[in-house]
Amino acid sequence: MRMLPRCLSGLLCLCLLLGLPLAAQAQDDPGQALLAPLDTASYADKGEAIEAIIASGDERSRRWLEALLGGKLQRHKDTGQFVVVVENRGRSWPVVDALSFEDAGEMSRRELDRIGINNALRGQLQGALAVLDLHADEVRDRREAARELLGDVDATLAEPLRAVIDGEEDAEVRRLLEQALAIHRLEEGDAAAVDALAGSLNSRVRSALNVASRSEDPELAAAATSALAGIEQKMKLNRGLETLYFGLSLGSVLVLAAIGLAITFGVMGVINMAHGELIMLGAYTTWAMQQLLPGQPGLALLLAIPAGFLVAALAGVAIERGVIQFLKGRPLETLLATFGVSLILQQLVRTVISPQNRTVVSPEWMSGSIMLNEGLSLTLNRLYVLGFALVVFAGLMLVMRRTRLGLEVRAVTQNRAMARSMGIRATRVDILTFALGSGVAGLAGVALSQLTNVGPNLGQNYIIDSFMVVVFGGVGNLWGTLVAGLSLGVINQVLEPWAGAVLAKIVVLVFIILFIQKRPRGLFPQKGRAAEG
Amino acid sequence: MWLTRPFNERSTRLFLGILLAALALVTVLNLAVPAGHPLHVSTYTVTLLGKYLSYALLAVAVDLVWGYLGILSLGHGAFFALGGYAMGMYLMRQIGDRGTYGDPVLPDFMVFLDWDSLPWYWLGFDMPGIAFLMVLLAPGLLALVFGFLAFRSRVTGVYLSIITQAMTFALMLAFFRNEMGFGGNNGLTDFRELLGFDLRSDATRLGLFLATGIALALGYVLCRAIVASKLGRVSVACRDAEARTRFLGYRVERFQLFVFVVSAMLAGLAGALYVPQVGIINPSEFSPIFSIEVVLWVALGGRATLYGAVIGALLVNYAKTVFTGVMPDAWLFALGGMFVLVTVFLPKGIAGLLTYRFQNQRLTHRREGEGATTTTGRGVSA
Repeated sequence: MRMLPRCLSGLLCLCLLLGLPLAAQAQDDPGQALLAPLDTASYADKGEAIEAIIASGDERSRRWLEALLGGKLQRHKDTGQFVVVVENRGRSWPVVDALSFEDAGEMSRRELDRIGINNALRGQLQGALAVLDLHADEVRDRREAARELLGDVDATLAEPLRAVIDGEEDAEVRRLLEQALAIHRLEEGDAAAVDALAGSLNSRVRSALNVASRSEDPELAAAATSALAGIEQKMKLNRGLETLYFGLSLGSVLVLAAIGLAITFGVMGVINMAHGELIMLGAYTTWAMQQLLPGQPGLALLLAIPAGFLVAALAGVAIERGVIQFLKGRPLETLLATFGVSLILQQLVRTVISPQNRTVVSPEWMSGSIMLNEGLSLTLNRLYVLGFALVVFAGLMLVMRRTRLGLEVRAVTQNRAMARSMGIRATRVDILTFALGSGVAGLAGVALSQLTNVGPNLGQNYIIDSFMVVVFGGVGNLWGTLVAGLSLGVINQVLEPWAGAVLAKIVVLVFIILFIQKRPRGLFPQKGRAAEG
Repeated sequence: MWLTRPFNERSTRLFLGILLAALALVTVLNLAVPAGHPLHVSTYTVTLLGKYLSYALLAVAVDLVWGYLGILSLGHGAFFALGGYAMGMYLMRQIGDRGTYGDPVLPDFMVFLDWDSLPWYWLGFDMPGIAFLMVLLAPGLLALVFGFLAFRSRVTGVYLSIITQAMTFALMLAFFRNEMGFGGNNGLTDFRELLGFDLRSDATRLGLFLATGIALALGYVLCRAIVASKLGRVSVACRDAEARTRFLGYRVERFQLFVFVVSAMLAGLAGALYVPQVGIINPSEFSPIFSIEVVLWVALGGRATLYGAVIGALLVNYAKTVFTGVMPDAWLFALGGMFVLVTVFLPKGIAGLLTYRFQNQRLTHRREGEGATTTTGRGVSA
């Protein structure tokens, strides 16, 4: 029996050396055997240990690997117990046992040894986690995981992937995995792999094909080149659609900014140079709403729509009553006076709020994008603004066509003197029109706050553009404004890639100057004697 | 002789008298009164006054088209800047190899942009004759093309105003581009000498001030001569009743085009005199707000008087200098307020206030003398 203590102590030493915990229960757990090899200084050995964990198919492997990637898989220096740190703040950290994931109390950070990884291992872990993700329950997660794998497949992953493909139900995931495998095959010089890649817009697929097209194997190079040409074609289409989308988006902003101007200009024949500043007021109303309702950007934005309309409409009425009514019949001086108002409003915002730009938060349901395919995604905020512009347009159309006010506005636009002699109170129409047009400018501001910075100069940039839209579309014609705004937006975006943003703007301005040579009354001139202004 | 006709008018003689007296006074106070004396006018002030005078010339040019032709140009800053750039290009070439990079031909910014030769439109600007000709030709040509297109299709009123604003806006964007070859953002600066005179010397600065004053006097006489001529009366007719004038058989667009081009050339001259005095020309001179400010000078001084434009330009710019020095934030309030107040309460400007009594008296005299019914014209309608 004298042997026993020595045996025990020898076993103890051995255990400590190997880093095996003493608990018998842990000894039985196969996980212990998987984790134990991680406790080594050699990164190559750690890599093999990770491979072993992946191959084991143990259901805890995902959590182990994630903890390892995050540096949270640690080993107790004395007991050799593997733990996962829950939160590494302060001196002692709450931990859970790495095998049972049961609460293991708190451990001082001095007692723990982190299992370090290097960049190569990090890459390996990420790839491994991607493969693990392929077993996720959600189809979306599996697709995301499959997409991540493109270009990252190597010989070791190829075999497990084939098995995954066979067991996969979702066609999209299968297609992506086939592509991932095909890239791997392509890298190995398999020309047949090109077929699986043709038509894909993924940048990693393209770069793999690019590499292949420069390959020495003529057959492979030719196949890859033709596949690339097909992809290029598809991308061109995508770019075209994207340009159209951006153009329509820019156009919708122009329509929103210009339509109010079109109404006031049509009815009263005067240009309100402070129109841009009314847009600015709308944008600042959105900002103010968000300040009043912190934490609820979505609700604030929705409330800002009526609030922005009201604020801008009141400001517009103030301008009409305070300045414009005294300048009847002197349109050029109205232009100057309202320009003065615009300077005052700008400086007011600078002095009262701040000369710096303010940020308006986009609510969650407005951020993000819809992915149509792998090269084309539509940002949601622009889509909302486009929709908003169309709704505002439809609303104005209803007001103009179906209400008493609309009828009177149209009558005054066509012939003020005749309308007055028929009993229409032109002054009242003026005020209401100004309120309506200004309010719409406020709405434009609310929409713009979602696309650009909100600052004192916000409005300045829109007055010339808005007027160009009005001139292009024809005065007193809402359809003309819509068509002109959208088409100017698209023209601008189409010109931009080869002319640059600034030159595109210049070209559009020159185009409009030339355009009114041919059609001085715009695209859709008003017919009849009213037009002989 | 049509050029002497302006001198028959009392206002011209008065204006020229005051202007020349002021020029002489400033010169004497600058040269003869020793520095430190309370009446001494420093060279800094002389240059500042020279700047105001070049602005005044620009205002006279604007008054010619707005006051007598009824065209509210919101783009005259573009002609002013083009003249300034023509002068700036000449001054740039005069730097020669004294620039930072020491290139004998290329201006510094072109060396900086790695250009290896002058663009074609810079050729000839080392010769003062060609450069000074371009001071008039560049804005004149732009006005000719632009005016031809606009007046031919009978673009008038607010349409024309906004289109002129778009023109200057487009030019501003264009001149901001480095690729245009006009120094981009920074514009042209670091000038050394003009016709061999050192631009930093006091004598040259006084000379430039006097030259600007004389240019203003000549420009004023030219405009007055145009206004007093038959051509001027037709353009006033175009202003007041364009359609009627057309029906009477006048080719309205030709009169408009002629006056517009002359006005643009005067604006270019003003720009050329402005640049050597302030020592820099950059694209901000094209900015729409500058052009519209010029219109305010004219409106404040009084439209269709010419001397009103000069008064307005001097007053507003003096106010600007004072305001931006004392409380810069308030300047835009003051400027905006002026726009509103002048248009609403002072439609004839300061000149209108000055002549109000005088004209009233004369009108009653004439009515009594003729004893006939005088139909009042429509007056200055916008």
